[in-house]
Amino acid sequence: MLINFNGYGPSILKGAVLTIELAFLSLLLSLVLGLLSASAKLSGQRVLNAIATAYTTVIRGVPDLVLMMLLYFGGQVLMNDFGDFLSDHFNIDFYVNFDAFTAGVISIGFIFGAYMAETFRGAFLAVNRGQIEAGLAYGMNRWQVFHRVMFPQMLRHALPGLGNNWQVLLKTTALVSIIGLADMVRLADVASKAVHSPFKFFIPVAFIYLALTAFSELFIRWLNQKYSAGVVRE
Amino acid sequence: MAETAPLIVRDIHKTFGKLEVLKGVSLQAQKGDVISMIGSSGSGKSTFLRCINLLETPTAGTICLHGEEIAFAQKRNGDRVPADHKQVERVRARLSMVFQSFNLWSHMTVLENIIEAPIHVLGIPKKEAIERAERYLNKVGIYERKDYYPAQMSGGQQQRAAIARALAMEPEVMLFDEPTSALDPELVGEVLRVMQGLAEEGRTMIVVTHEMGFARDVSTKVLFLHQGCIEEQGPPTEVFDNPKSERMKQFLAPKY
Repeated sequence: MLINFNGYGPSILKGAVLTIELAFLSLLLSLVLGLLSASAKLSGQRVLNAIATAYTTVIRGVPDLVLMMLLYFGGQVLMNDFGDFLSDHFNIDFYVNFDAFTAGVISIGFIFGAYMAETFRGAFLAVNRGQIEAGLAYGMNRWQVFHRVMFPQMLRHALPGLGNNWQVLLKTTALVSIIGLADMVRLADVASKAVHSPFKFFIPVAFIYLALTAFSELFIRWLNQKYSAGVVRE
Repeated sequence: MAETAPLIVRDIHKTFGKLEVLKGVSLQAQKGDVISMIGSSGSGKSTFLRCINLLETPTAGTICLHGEEIAFAQKRNGDRVPADHKQVERVRARLSMVFQSFNLWSHMTVLENIIEAPIHVLGIPKKEAIERAERYLNKVGIYERKDYYPAQMSGGQQQRAAIARALAMEPEVMLFDEPTSALDPELVGEVLRVMQGLAEEGRTMIVVTHEMGFARDVSTKVLFLHQGCIEEQGPPTEVFDNPKSERMKQFLAPKY
C-alpha cells in the first residue's frame, strides 16, 4: 500500500503531521483572537474598538508572507534585544528561541484571527436582540447571556465563515516552508529536487491537502447540523 | 401597608435623545392586582413596562419591589445607570416578562426553555425544575409539545410556552408586553384564556394590551396612557363606562 517514494515517503508523512499540528494550533489562536476582537468591536468601548479595528485593518491589509517574514526574522531580534535589556538593567537571564514553528503559529494565528473577528462579529449581529433581552429579563448575568444564549446561536451563523477560514488557513500553512519549517511542502520540494521528479512528490502532497479539506468539510457539516437545532428551513 | 405592596413605581421619566417618552408615570400594584395599561401606539406603555425590569433605564423615578428599592448611580457623562448589577439580576428574577414576540430561546426545546432560568438563575436542582416545568406546561395546555422547538409551534402555542417559562420562575409580579399583538386573530383567545386563569388565581400582573375586552373583564385596574402621561386610571367599569378625559373618550370611540 505504502509506496516508497524513493525513500522519502515517511519524511513527507512527518511533514504532513507538522502541517496538521501547525494548522490546529494556529486555528486555536485565531479563534481566541477572533472572539476577543469581535467582542471588543461590539463592546461599545471606544478604546477596545479602536484597538480591534487597528488589528483587523492592518493584518488584513498586509500580505501573509510579509507578516510571516517580519515576525520570524524580526521576532528573534526583538526577543534578543529584550533579553539584553533585562540582563543589562535587572541582571535577569532571559533567552527565548523564536523558532520557525512558533513564528509560524503566531503569524498564521494572528492573520486568521483578523478574518475570524469579522466572521464572529457578523454572526453576533445576526442574533436576534429579543433572544438576548429574554435572557436579561430572566435575571441572567452577562456571562450567562453570552454562553447560554448568544454563543450557541451565534455559532450557527458563524460556521459557514469559520469553515471557509479554516480551509484557507490550512492551505496557508504551506507558506511556512519559506521560513525554513519542514512541513510537507518543504519536504516534497527537497525530495523532488533530489530525484528530479516534481510530480512524484507534489501530486501526493496535493492529495493530502485535498483529503484534509474534504474531511474538514464533513466535520463542519456535522457541526452545522448540531447547531441548527430548532431552526426550521422554509 | 403601602410600602409592602409587591410593586411600587414612582414618577418614571424616560428620555431617548431629545424625545421624552415618559413624563412621570407612577403605578402601585397590590397583591392580586391585574393592571391593564392601554393607550395608542407611542404612548409609552411598553417603555414603561421595560423600565420596571430595567430593560430600559429610567431617566428619573424609583422602582420598589417588596420594599427593596433599585439603586441608581450617575455615570461621568451624566447618564443614569443601575448601581448594582447583582441587585438588577435579583429583581428581574422576581419579575417575569412575557414578550410580544415570545422570545423563546430558539435553540432550546420548550422544556429546556422553561427549566433554563430556574436552574441557572434561581439555582434549583434540575429534577425539581423539570417537575415544575411540566406542572406549568399542563396549566397552559401544551404539555405534549414539551420536546418541540419554538419554530415548530404556532404563535399561540409559543406564547403559552413563554407564559409557562414566566410561571416557572414563580415570580412576584408578571409583566406582559402586548402578549397577543403578534398573533393571528384566531390564536388570541387561547392566550387570553390562559391569562384570565392566572388572574383568577390571584397572581399579580401588569399587562400592556390592545385587547379592550380583556382590560375590561379581567383587570382590577386600568391605566390609560397618552403621550407619556397617565391620562386616566381607575377600575375598568369606571374607565370604560364613564371616561372623564376627552382623550379616553376618543380612544374608546368606534373607529368606523
